[in-house]
Amino acid sequence: MASSLDAHLENLRESRVWRSIFRSGSGATNLHRALSVQQNVFLHLSSVKIRKRSLAFRVTWFLGTLSLGGLLILVVTGIPLMLYYHPSVPQAYADMKDLRFVVSAGVFLRNLHRWAAHAMVLLVFAHMFKVFYRGAYRPPREFNWVVGVILLILTLLLSYTGYLLPWDQLAFWAITVGSNLLSSVPVLGAKIRFLMLGGNTVNANALLRFYVLHCVILPLMAAIFVAIHFWRIRKDGGIYAGGADSGKGKRS
Amino acid sequence: MSDPKDFVAAIGSDSRKSPLRVAFVTRRTSPQVKAQDDGYVMTFPEAIFRAMVAVEALTLVLVAIALVWDAPLEELADPLQTPNPAKAPWYFLGLQELLHYFPPVVAGVLIPGLVVMALIAIPYFKINIEAEGLWNRNRTQRLRTVAAVVAVFAVFLVAFQVWAVLVPTLLVAGLMFYSAADRPTSTGFKRWLTSKPLSFWIMSWFLFQAAVLTLIGTFFRGPGWSFVMPWSGQI
Repeated sequence: MASSLDAHLENLRESRVWRSIFRSGSGATNLHRALSVQQNVFLHLSSVKIRKRSLAFRVTWFLGTLSLGGLLILVVTGIPLMLYYHPSVPQAYADMKDLRFVVSAGVFLRNLHRWAAHAMVLLVFAHMFKVFYRGAYRPPREFNWVVGVILLILTLLLSYTGYLLPWDQLAFWAITVGSNLLSSVPVLGAKIRFLMLGGNTVNANALLRFYVLHCVILPLMAAIFVAIHFWRIRKDGGIYAGGADSGKGKRS
Repeated sequence: MSDPKDFVAAIGSDSRKSPLRVAFVTRRTSPQVKAQDDGYVMTFPEAIFRAMVAVEALTLVLVAIALVWDAPLEELADPLQTPNPAKAPWYFLGLQELLHYFPPVVAGVLIPGLVVMALIAIPYFKINIEAEGLWNRNRTQRLRTVAAVVAVFAVFLVAFQVWAVLVPTLLVAGLMFYSAADRPTSTGFKRWLTSKPLSFWIMSWFLFQAAVLTLIGTFFRGPGWSFVMPWSGQI
């Protein structure tokens, strides 16, 4: 039974249509394993081979991977949430109530998005401290550390802009407190705040701006910098495994 | 060159091993091996499988949390009704706590700006690359410098009554001085502390400080940003 299923799968994989989609083909050889990474637009950001030592749990605690996992969960839950949400006052709040009482599994969707957002902020911070304490920021990885700092800021901005969207008291006043801080920037403070909120107070314009930032601009920027971050891991010699590894001379 | 081959060529399909590279070394030119290769494995399936398991575990945990606890939702936003206290998201509560002690331009602009600049600068300073133990050289002189910096900073914190920064700072400084008094006999934790570079101390101080301020802002601040206990129901 199992063997005939395997045979069918193997036939499928060898078919013209399958081969036209997946360039690498299949097979249990290292050549095929290498091709499955190298010939895939997403996976080829990483190298075909990886230092065995760097896979041990204690090296990374998988914090970078988990941060990406948090981002994926947020994208997967965020897109359906957009279908049930209007960035207008006071409809936004009514949509929260609908998610709770009308939409099937709406409350679960919102819960998962919210908790995953908190988890991602925590994971990204943890990732940064772990990388620091391992000394993995050292050359040639110094620029990837900087990309990481940019991603940390993007994560905070994504979380912060999402915080306003439910348009309840918690959201409104948290954003009011935060944006008041901005106006203390010397000279330009009030201007920056006006630009961010689309007005002098947190109002419907601010909600729309935060919505566009949260759903379009910041996710796009995050996607670009995540791609650079992963690609640089490969270019800078793979995941830092500690010890005598300097990462130099290993450029794939 | 007419010797018969003394090796066999074969195709390996073990995903845990990278393909062997064979170098034929003629006699009298044997290279010295300084470091052995770490050993590489194939990214697929070794790394990708692990990553998938990690992400699946995270998903399971978050799904469980989402099933048990509902995301908070308060009343409709009302610009005329300010809740007391009005709090920023938790990751900004450390800054909001600082706002209690310093003017907004310091707590809201200067400090976060300096933190971001310091983070970016870390890998570009040679002292952080070499990461030599702080007390390895010029111990007495460095002790004096650290003591002076801590003393000046402490006086400043006392003047502004910033106890939430003063106490963690003094604790970390205490550990630094403890680690400086290294004896050849000391072992374990102390030995480990003694080997740490300056950047370790600064980052650990920052981490400890950020955690303390965030915890105070989250759990110990009530109406008018007064100090309350987490169980008082006033947060």
